[in-house]
Amino acid sequence: MTVTVDLPTVLAGLAGTSRLVLEVPHPASVADVLDVVGEVHPAVERRVRDETGAMRRYVNVYVDGGDVRALQGAATPVPDGAVVLVVPSIAGG
Amino acid sequence: MSTTMLAVGTVKGLFLGTSEDGGAWRWEGPAFSMTRVAAVAFDTRHQPPRILVGGGHEHWGPVIAHSDDLGASWVEGDEAALRFPEDTGVAVERVWQLAPGPADRPGEVWAGVEPAALFRSDDEGKTFSLVTGLWDHPHRPSWQPGAGGMCLHTVLPHPDDASQVLVAISAAGVYRSQDGGQSWAPSNAGIEVTFMPEKLPEFGQCVHKVARDCADPDRLILQNHGGVFRSSDGGASWERSETGLPANFGFGLTAHPSRSGTAFLFPLIADMNRMPPDGMARVYRTDDYGATWTSASHGLPREGFYSVVLRDGLTTDGDDPLGVYFGTRSGGVFASRDEAASWEEVAAHLPEVLCVRAAVVS
Repeated sequence: MTVTVDLPTVLAGLAGTSRLVLEVPHPASVADVLDVVGEVHPAVERRVRDETGAMRRYVNVYVDGGDVRALQGAATPVPDGAVVLVVPSIAGG
Repeated sequence: MSTTMLAVGTVKGLFLGTSEDGGAWRWEGPAFSMTRVAAVAFDTRHQPPRILVGGGHEHWGPVIAHSDDLGASWVEGDEAALRFPEDTGVAVERVWQLAPGPADRPGEVWAGVEPAALFRSDDEGKTFSLVTGLWDHPHRPSWQPGAGGMCLHTVLPHPDDASQVLVAISAAGVYRSQDGGQSWAPSNAGIEVTFMPEKLPEFGQCVHKVARDCADPDRLILQNHGGVFRSSDGGASWERSETGLPANFGFGLTAHPSRSGTAFLFPLIADMNRMPPDGMARVYRTDDYGATWTSASHGLPREGFYSVVLRDGLTTDGDDPLGVYFGTRSGGVFASRDEAASWEEVAAHLPEVLCVRAAVVS
């Protein structure tokens, strides 16, 4: 199945594009999608998740507009054709 | 013509200053914008010196990178150069210290991180491995974080003996290995603490910085969380080193790189009053291995100065005469071209300075 991953400016610079269109095995979770991101752009993936696989505290991930922290976290299902949005949260001074 | 470079790590990136033949400083940056650059090192085993940078971005996690062209470009691998093994279940929060080994051990680079752990590289900092002997130390579950976090912030490899390494951790204290990092023992005998019922615990000291003498590696100066100490036996034991100081709190400390017995520090009043005594910016200097200290502050602000120099914010450049530098939490950088005999402000209004390193780069 196909999933679109939209990246913020900083990560787009590392990926060379702000939109990744990825082929992902079905069914897929957010973790599965990030695994595929890590295969093609490891420098992007490690900025979204740490080495334990946990999503970084100040990075928000949405699946078709839903905040995965309010859903099932990294286990949130990602349907065919979904848009996964990665956004830095409000932090810092 | 000689060029001196200052690398200033701040809470919002790295600034690089260059000065040719003692002339005015020209500043560039920030590189790694919005990254807390807590660790910088000039690896002078390379020509030009390699600049190593470490830190952490609030959003995107730890950063470790290097430049072989004096900051014109940076190399940061796609894969993380430094990560905990999967079986630890732990992630690196931030790099706090990068310490190249001596000239005759060319690949050796050490990294201290948060949560408190030591990593070692044998490929010039391209990849690092966790030093499991320290990570598995039975004391580790009892270590408590200092205000800055649970960090390993000081790594002093022995210049002549690859088997000996000294680290400092806040707040666990000094630990030493004498077998290349396989096993570790606390080394805090004589370092008093003020924040626990026991005044001389085996470990748990909040050591802020340790500096090693350039010619006698067994001589060390240590800035503790309340107390300046010295050792003449490699850290096996410590005694007070406060004669002449206006106060015994502080963070910034560095040793002269070529004159044995000389070191510099920046005192603060106390843990509950973290400001310079008398509102004066003052660097103190010892020339007798910490037996006595005297102010070496001509040209520094003499009133209305309330800023702080953090643990890696005071450094030297290796030149002759020696350049001495410090950066402040209020974004100022001060420089001395004459071994701290006189000072001038060379940068102002930078973000909060976390670390400063300097080198003669050409």
